[in-house]
Amino acid sequence: MQLITVAGSPSVGKTSVILRVAELLRQSGLKVGVAKFDALSTVDDELYAQKGIPVAVGLAGSLCPDHYFVSNVEDCLAWGERQGFDLLISESAGLCNRCSPHIDGVLAICVVDALAGVHTPKKIGPMLRLADLVVITKGDIVSQVEREVFAFHVRLANPGAQALFCNGITGQGATDIVQHIRAAAPTPSLDGSRLRFSMPAAVCPYCVGETAIGETHQRGNVKKMRFADLEAAR
Amino acid sequence: MSTALGTLPLVEVLDRHPAVADFVKVLGLPAAPAALTLAQWLDELPDEAFFDVGMERGQMLDHLQRLVEEVRAMESSADARIDSLTLIGGHDKQGRMELVELTFRAGDIVCIVGPTGSGKSRLLGDIECLAQGDTPTGRRVLINGREPTQARRYAPDRKMVAQLSQNMNFVVDLSVREFITMHARCRMVVEPAGMAETVIACANALTGEKFAPEVSVTQLSGGQTRALMIADAALLSASPVVLIDEIENAGVDRKRALELLAGGEKIVLISTHDPLLALRGARRIVIRNGGISEVISTSERERANLQRIEQIDAMLMGIRDRLRGGLRIEEELEWPN
Repeated sequence: MQLITVAGSPSVGKTSVILRVAELLRQSGLKVGVAKFDALSTVDDELYAQKGIPVAVGLAGSLCPDHYFVSNVEDCLAWGERQGFDLLISESAGLCNRCSPHIDGVLAICVVDALAGVHTPKKIGPMLRLADLVVITKGDIVSQVEREVFAFHVRLANPGAQALFCNGITGQGATDIVQHIRAAAPTPSLDGSRLRFSMPAAVCPYCVGETAIGETHQRGNVKKMRFADLEAAR
Repeated sequence: MSTALGTLPLVEVLDRHPAVADFVKVLGLPAAPAALTLAQWLDELPDEAFFDVGMERGQMLDHLQRLVEEVRAMESSADARIDSLTLIGGHDKQGRMELVELTFRAGDIVCIVGPTGSGKSRLLGDIECLAQGDTPTGRRVLINGREPTQARRYAPDRKMVAQLSQNMNFVVDLSVREFITMHARCRMVVEPAGMAETVIACANALTGEKFAPEVSVTQLSGGQTRALMIADAALLSASPVVLIDEIENAGVDRKRALELLAGGEKIVLISTHDPLLALRGARRIVIRNGGISEVISTSERERANLQRIEQIDAMLMGIRDRLRGGLRIEEELEWPN
């Protein structure tokens, strides 16, 4: 079986792109499943079900979605094996621009949204920088100039990576993604595999439910903002 | 290679490679004493600084090196020049074969006509993605008589085909000057500011309603937007093929717009029913039921009619300008014979 990680900020169109890609993969006779990771709730599993694509849903709830992802990805792989998939696509939302579910040796796709503005590629961290393939959505509703500038910034943010446009509504561009997927290596096991980058760090009382505000509650991994006027006075 | 970049003084690296300087600035990494080399500076940064910006120490130098190489590759790759584009027919919605092979040459203007829903956009879409029998229509597109290379298909910032669609929006909130200058920088133009002035002047020559370079792109009218995008596509876009989804009659000088694009040695395909445009092309492709049903060459008589239509249009444009200027239209109108 082959695993593919697809990541992108909320509402960029990951599910639409995956649906288009999965449809094409199935037409070519492959059995495709999706592991959908989300934070609080999702209805995307219904979209997959409508298309007859088997889906396993994981909701991170109060946990960091990325930590939740990495603790469950092996179980997803095992589920895929049990179901007899040829291909398992994991879909996870990068909520803080610091996320990166990408794994060494596993095809990593990052979905970005041209509507987000031309400077967005600069702001996204390892999720974009360390992806093998960058898929740009919603290119049809921005100007030709912004399309070119956006793609240029994607190229600078992840030099050397492949990038392409895909329209999640019409499916234009999905064929190209499928070609990349079919050329990627299988994933027999994740045992001993490593993430391409560490997960966001967070260990403080607020991680485990503290709600009170004030210096006395700030313990553990706490970082403070710096203000220019205070710096100057020092 | 990566060691070479690392041994250069940081100041020199930042000065010589604006993309690296921009990257470091966006990451907000702390500045260093002037004397350090890039590698020394990176060595002295604490691990925490790397983690905070979402990089590992070992990844940083490699990333910067790749960035420098990518920019060099973009600078040195000459703009794609193409002499011809060939469209090989597929099939219509009923699966009937399209028995056509059409070749378009640089400077050609080709119109696509047909009722709404007949498949005009699908045809533009096939050309836009340089279809290789992998779209629902089964059509194929050749560049200079050959199948396009993978690199050609996957260069999103310099695609072969630029598309000016009707339902586009500006997302950025920049002045026209900033907007076009930004595009010129991405295109690695030597003098971005000068290029921006040229594009804006050219756009203003196409539209009845002139706009200043300081105005925000989001404030432009439909016609002004269209004029700006056409001027940009003609002068600044990397794409040798331009697809246009109708040019509205919103005060754009369509004749000049087409001359501008075709004069830039572009291949222009327009989906339109505007007689001024449809009769100006050498050929028009008729779409019915998802397939190409006919290719009509513009006849001599049609060309003669085009001249008359142009005179009528010029008169209407004149009336439009006078209305804009707050004038009355009371005299007996004399239509050209």
